[in-house]
Amino acid sequence: MNTSTTVKAHMDIPQPVRKSRLTNPGWFLVSPSVALLLLWMIVPLGMTIYFSMIRYNLLYPGENEFVGLENFSYFLSDSGFLPGATNTLLLVGSVLLISVVFGVLISALLEASEFLGRGIVRVMLISPFFIMPTVGALIWKNLIFHPVSGILAYIWKLFGAQPVDWLAHYPLLSIIIIVSWQWLPFAILILMTAMQSLDQEQKEAARLDGAGPIAIFWHLTLPHLARPIAVVVMIETIFLLSVFAEIFTTTNGGPGYASTNLAYLIYNQALVQFDVGMASAGGLIAVVIANIAAIVLVRMIGKNLTDKA
Amino acid sequence: MTLQQSRRLQSLLLGTLAWAIAILIFFPIFWMVVTSFKTEIDAFATPPQFIFTPTLSNYLHINERSDYFSFAWNSVVISFSATALCLLIAVPAAYSMAFYETQRTKGTLLWMLSTKMLPPVGVLMPIYLLAKSFGLLDTRIALIVIYTLINLPIVVWMVYTYFKDIPKDILEAARLDGATLWQEMVRVLLPIAKGGLASTVLLSLILCWNEAFWSLNLTSSKAAPLTALIASYSSPEGLFWAKLSAVSTLACAPILIFGWISQKQLVRGLSFGAVK
Repeated sequence: MNTSTTVKAHMDIPQPVRKSRLTNPGWFLVSPSVALLLLWMIVPLGMTIYFSMIRYNLLYPGENEFVGLENFSYFLSDSGFLPGATNTLLLVGSVLLISVVFGVLISALLEASEFLGRGIVRVMLISPFFIMPTVGALIWKNLIFHPVSGILAYIWKLFGAQPVDWLAHYPLLSIIIIVSWQWLPFAILILMTAMQSLDQEQKEAARLDGAGPIAIFWHLTLPHLARPIAVVVMIETIFLLSVFAEIFTTTNGGPGYASTNLAYLIYNQALVQFDVGMASAGGLIAVVIANIAAIVLVRMIGKNLTDKA
Repeated sequence: MTLQQSRRLQSLLLGTLAWAIAILIFFPIFWMVVTSFKTEIDAFATPPQFIFTPTLSNYLHINERSDYFSFAWNSVVISFSATALCLLIAVPAAYSMAFYETQRTKGTLLWMLSTKMLPPVGVLMPIYLLAKSFGLLDTRIALIVIYTLINLPIVVWMVYTYFKDIPKDILEAARLDGATLWQEMVRVLLPIAKGGLASTVLLSLILCWNEAFWSLNLTSSKAAPLTALIASYSSPEGLFWAKLSAVSTLACAPILIFGWISQKQLVRGLSFGAVK
């Protein structure tokens, strides 16, 4: 912030030039972005609120009377809601835990020593993040998890065990594995970069003072990583709350509701059962959940983010 | 054992461990590429075939099951148009927020970020019905508009953090020399921020290319991009794993290469400027 005040002091010298134009082109230039995002938020959201309070099924057109909060109570008492909400929490929670814990450990491992092919290892580790979700999901489904010809079935047989039909018997666990495979690399990417900016001299000084590698990691590296970890948590939460394609292409939410999350449940009500009213009520509930998460996270991280930006 | 020897041993062990983890994580991608060179029979064989006669037929007949090139072209058109549109809107906004900071700037930036918190399912129905009533279902335009909007906050943030690093004195000097706003932007700012803008473009392309919620819900055939083509392989109508692998490899290769090239710069955009 110091720089901006000094620059302002500079800018005071050519008064006439500066005042004649550009005193603040701000609103003119920012407004397209703001207006578009505002529209993008308000119009559809307003429609969702409206739809959520009427009876509206695309299969039965013309019966659109006001029903108040009926859609909400239907959605909340739907047999899919509880498993959907639980699965969403389990999915977000476990993928976050996996990506932060292993992300920190793996990037620390890469920073800890110089070895042959470190650049290649880096590239290999972050690659899954760039793979399309539909590709990642189908590769896991057909080439890794498949109970007959998948790699895991082969390994199981190698040890004389009965191959497991992963997606049928452990659907949520399988989805968690697939999604973690996509998002752990994101954590590694961010944390690895953050670690490189850690002051090496500080580390060296600590080492000379007799601190062991674990003490250095605990007292120096981890505090340095607080902000990047917060960023990873925030961004992954945004995306993990809406995991869809991975479920759509592998289990279709099943068996039963075993791997249905809220996003998939709402999609199912909207574009499979065409119940717009109920899907909208569900959508609003998803928005509320995301906003609770957002408020908590922005409180935690948002200030941090603009302070240094 | 001397200190040096023990250090060498330690780095050997850590290196081996790192390699093992990397191979484990990269394996599905490696296996996808390998499978794309198999025949369908080899692809489904048990135990999995590690040694086989490679064939190019999956790539040569990539259009056999569905018109690969039309899907790929949709992906290209949608990603590039959305990226161009997004940058056009975002760069002026980032410019004014980076160089003419007001009390509202931080609030505006955070508000933009908060629009990312809106889960897509929350607006699925309205967007679907709006698209339907404007005749935009299964059109590229619908996806271009939506991708522009969902990536706008990230792109504004990313460009903003790059502009923030440029010393204001340089623009000040150009202004004193009588440069207009347009000249200042095109002649001074853009050349300095070229690298940053290039990685912003890459990030936006990657995000558009891989997006799979709206593309699956709003397109069916005409405007469907590669994400939707690949999802169509999930139906259990037969075993097309070698073909699936070939299509997937082609669909992912450009993005993977983009990602490798620009990994360091992407971090900045993906972390909203918090990690550089």
